[in-house]
Amino acid sequence: MGYALNFNLIWRHFDKLWGGLLLSLELAVISIAIGIVIGLVLAVWYVSAGRVVRSIIAAYVEFIRNVPLILLVYLVFYGLPTVVDLAYSAQTSFVATLSLYSGAYLVEVFRSGLEAVPRGQIDAGKAIGLTPWQRLLHVRLPTMLRITLPALSNTFISLFKDTSVASVISVPELTYGAQWINFNTFRIVEVYLVVTAMYLLTGYALLYALRLVERRFRAAH
Amino acid sequence: MLGQIAYALPFLAQGFAVTLWVSLLVVVLSLVAGVMMGVGLVYGPTPLRWVVRIFSDTIRGIPILVLIFFVYYGLPAIGIHLESFWAAVLALTLFKTAQVIEYLRGAVGSIPKGQSEAAMAIGLTFRQRLAYVIFPQAFRRFLPPWINGVTDAVKGSALVSLLGITDLMHAINQVIGRTYEAMPLYILGAVIYFAVNYALSLASRRLERRFSFIRE
Repeated sequence: MGYALNFNLIWRHFDKLWGGLLLSLELAVISIAIGIVIGLVLAVWYVSAGRVVRSIIAAYVEFIRNVPLILLVYLVFYGLPTVVDLAYSAQTSFVATLSLYSGAYLVEVFRSGLEAVPRGQIDAGKAIGLTPWQRLLHVRLPTMLRITLPALSNTFISLFKDTSVASVISVPELTYGAQWINFNTFRIVEVYLVVTAMYLLTGYALLYALRLVERRFRAAH
Repeated sequence: MLGQIAYALPFLAQGFAVTLWVSLLVVVLSLVAGVMMGVGLVYGPTPLRWVVRIFSDTIRGIPILVLIFFVYYGLPAIGIHLESFWAAVLALTLFKTAQVIEYLRGAVGSIPKGQSEAAMAIGLTFRQRLAYVIFPQAFRRFLPPWINGVTDAVKGSALVSLLGITDLMHAINQVIGRTYEAMPLYILGAVIYFAVNYALSLASRRLERRFSFIRE
């Protein structure tokens, strides 16, 4: 083996990793926020729509879920500008891609949650004279949210990890920072050990925070 | 434009064969490793359980891309030299193994404890209990998520293109480098990946329905 660990160069360039982690989180938060809007709107639409709309939404979901994320990232960044007259940065391009990607996964989560809302609750809402909008806002969405929270947490964490794919179009997030240090200092094992720890700590911190939210949510009802 | 793409088709087909080959290797190797480690996690002595638990949680906690770079650049640094193809297969297999461990844990965990106790009561050894009582019942819980997870292996295999391995993804990028027909080729690639993975997920759904009638 004969490999001596030396972390000095990693600490000297740690700003690349720290800044990278913050950017990873930023990419994840913005994309997930847009993804939640896409997911909610399409899921609510799906459960009350006719056959045509349903198949269009299903086509979007199935297409995104069955194609590698890296291909979608390339397609939006390198492919799309050749056919439409748009100019955007790599970062914007990645956020757009991950938003569409997370939207597809979240439609599925929200849809199965909405379908799991007990019929009796909706009927009870009707019985006390709530309008369809009020039933959606005060009965179906809160119950759906409670049902889907565990699945939502897992999806969020997995989307946070997916931000690493942004490195392939040179968005300077955490994985890109790791590669930069890898190629410029050759402290390869060290940098990936540190980056592994950073992803793990952030991921589990997120998971812990989301579990707390879940518990509060359950206690509140 | 179509002529250029038609010209590139044999090259793309070769890349597609590499994608399928990588996926197949990863799926088979991770099935073997994952089932063994999963049994270790459920039935093993405490130290072994800890090792498997830490392995699984660490691997599943980092992006697959980081794992690929770690294995590809890290192994030569500590004196282990693997061809880039095998480094990629190793990294993807480690990732998939962690998933298989969790599928197995979930499937075995869903079998009521009484089944194991009854098997013990009639004098079956540990191996016999697994082979005749636990695995046949756990199988129908294991199969649908596992097949569904095969699509992850096919999608994950696209990342090996970053190590210069000419799989479908890399072949597409190379053809684009020559022809500048980015959009048609990415769409063609998306359609191919979609066809394979959609077929797999349909199979998994069908199996799930097939097995659902015996659910307690």
